[in-house]
Amino acid sequence: MGTREYIRERFFPHLWCPGCGHGIVLNGLLHAVENIGLKKNDIVMVSGIGCSARISGYLDFHTLHTIHGRALAFATGVKMSRPELTLLVPMGDGDALSIGGNHFIHACRRNIDITAIVMNNRVYGMTGGQYSPLSGYGTYATTAPYMNIDPDFDVVAVAKAAGATFVARSTTYHIKQLTDVLEAAILHKGFSVVEIMSQCPTYFGRKNKGGSASDMMEVFRTRTTPIASKEKAEDPSLIERGVFEDREAPEYCEEYHHIIERATKGR
Amino acid sequence: MGKRIGMEVAVAASEAAALCRFDMAAVYPITPQSHIAEHLSDIVNDGRVDASFMTVESEHSALSAVIGASAAGARVITATSSQGLMYMNEIMPIASGMRLPIVMLVANRAVSSPINIWNDHSDIMPMRDTGWVTFFSDNGQEAVDMVIQAYKVAERRDVMLPVNVMMDGFQLTHMVEPLIMPDQEEVDRFLPPLVPYATLHPDKPVSMGTLGMPDIFTESQKSKDVALINSISVIREVWKEWEELFGRKYEPVQTYLTEDADVALVTMGSMGETAEVAVDELRKEGIKAGLIKIKLWRPFPFEDLKNAVKGIRVLAVTDRAVSFGGPGGPVCSEIRSALYDEPSRPVIVNYIIGLGGRDVQVADFMTMVKKAAAGKLSEPYEYYGVRG
Repeated sequence: MGTREYIRERFFPHLWCPGCGHGIVLNGLLHAVENIGLKKNDIVMVSGIGCSARISGYLDFHTLHTIHGRALAFATGVKMSRPELTLLVPMGDGDALSIGGNHFIHACRRNIDITAIVMNNRVYGMTGGQYSPLSGYGTYATTAPYMNIDPDFDVVAVAKAAGATFVARSTTYHIKQLTDVLEAAILHKGFSVVEIMSQCPTYFGRKNKGGSASDMMEVFRTRTTPIASKEKAEDPSLIERGVFEDREAPEYCEEYHHIIERATKGR
Repeated sequence: MGKRIGMEVAVAASEAAALCRFDMAAVYPITPQSHIAEHLSDIVNDGRVDASFMTVESEHSALSAVIGASAAGARVITATSSQGLMYMNEIMPIASGMRLPIVMLVANRAVSSPINIWNDHSDIMPMRDTGWVTFFSDNGQEAVDMVIQAYKVAERRDVMLPVNVMMDGFQLTHMVEPLIMPDQEEVDRFLPPLVPYATLHPDKPVSMGTLGMPDIFTESQKSKDVALINSISVIREVWKEWEELFGRKYEPVQTYLTEDADVALVTMGSMGETAEVAVDELRKEGIKAGLIKIKLWRPFPFEDLKNAVKGIRVLAVTDRAVSFGGPGGPVCSEIRSALYDEPSRPVIVNYIIGLGGRDVQVADFMTMVKKAAAGKLSEPYEYYGVRG
């Protein structure tokens, strides 16, 4: 099955700005799904609101386009009622960790078999470039014209601390790695979080003198490094890429099934 | 005496808040409100008001944060739209229950699902019963004026209630309109500094929002209702003072050519201006049309409405929201109820129009009036121009 089979061509061209990294994430995701050989009718994509969330409109899976911050709550409902389906939840940084932060940590904690993809462009793109909880101290945004003083979350650290059993990070520059980690995340039994650093030349780039999309991707190339690399030891400010957590733990839907079996035993 | 300028209405409404010297703003971005968030942020960053600007992680937190600041004695502002307002729903009765003079700007937008970012009134209608004073602006000038008036009303000792100001998303918020921006001295003369009724302060501890047992809860609700009902006389007073100072007249129900009208339209918000043109056109054709614009949604101006409809044979009420499974649109439902006990009342028809940004033009209003004048609609309410 070719990746074209997975998309709704009638909705193209997509609405993302020229140079936006989200199209690369879409590409990587489609290849991951194709490599696994998933049938499109076995996949449910649930998204919230934001540039990232528009991804659900372009894919010919079962898609549920919901409200800002709540995608994981909706997805949890879908998964609990149809555990055999594969749940993919693409979210932006605002969607996942700002208004949706509570759902994010609790989904991690439950270890429900859902793949959360955090498309981190460090800004609220759709509403015009306000800073998000992942913009970080010292950045600029339309709501921080003289500098942002809010520290940012480390998505990987938050996900690990909250109990996610698969946690990875990649960037839109590293398309091969991006595809591989998404594939591993989807195959993982339990809650998976993949942070993908994605460039927003329109807002984050422009406000922070980030240059063109390729300039921003060049930063992803030079300022990131594989986990525990020699470069990281020499320059601790580099951001690590790769799989940070991959462990087995009881999956929520299975546990739920067991408890129901136990409760209804003999009836 | 103010300056005549051209300004985007979202920016102008934020400027009006700056003229009120707000102390604290907490806003979460949402289309089409975001320009307000950005401009308030600019105003604070430029040091034009001595205020703090708090970016929060949701609308729920935005309203909660301004409640906290207001309880501590600050003059506050927040703004939102659509789903953001829905998310504030839980907090809105808390603001009015604690009798805090909060001002909120709402860029009206449809609510999901399906997702729609354009203008209608389906966001504010479910908030009707949360105990807030609610103004509807027709144009940029009214949006600016109403923000300043809102603080004056909210902070009056005999009101002490939150006020929200409606401005239609995109149709108003994103339009560059000619308007008169009042001077700082004029606003200072109109709006005295906030003297809070009760504040959280360690030297004089108070308890706000405490548990209300069944023996006191009904009384608390009645007191809020009475305060809201009584606020209409304060609103009239404030609008009178505004007219004397600034020369622009505001009334809870504004009429246009209704004195001799046979049939009148009823509107709320920016469509009133289009409807006004339609009335002029109908008059040219010899149809005695008139227009009633509701500027004050809560407290509902019952007496003003009763006076406005005197002598009118047919009332064509337009609604930009639906009470699903109910009597049609919420505005019409209110008007029917308001006129029920009147010895003589007009025939009332209800049109649902302009949902999710659907354009309603002069010719549409003319068609609605002609159809209404000819007799009752075939249905209890009509989705004007709907397919299928």
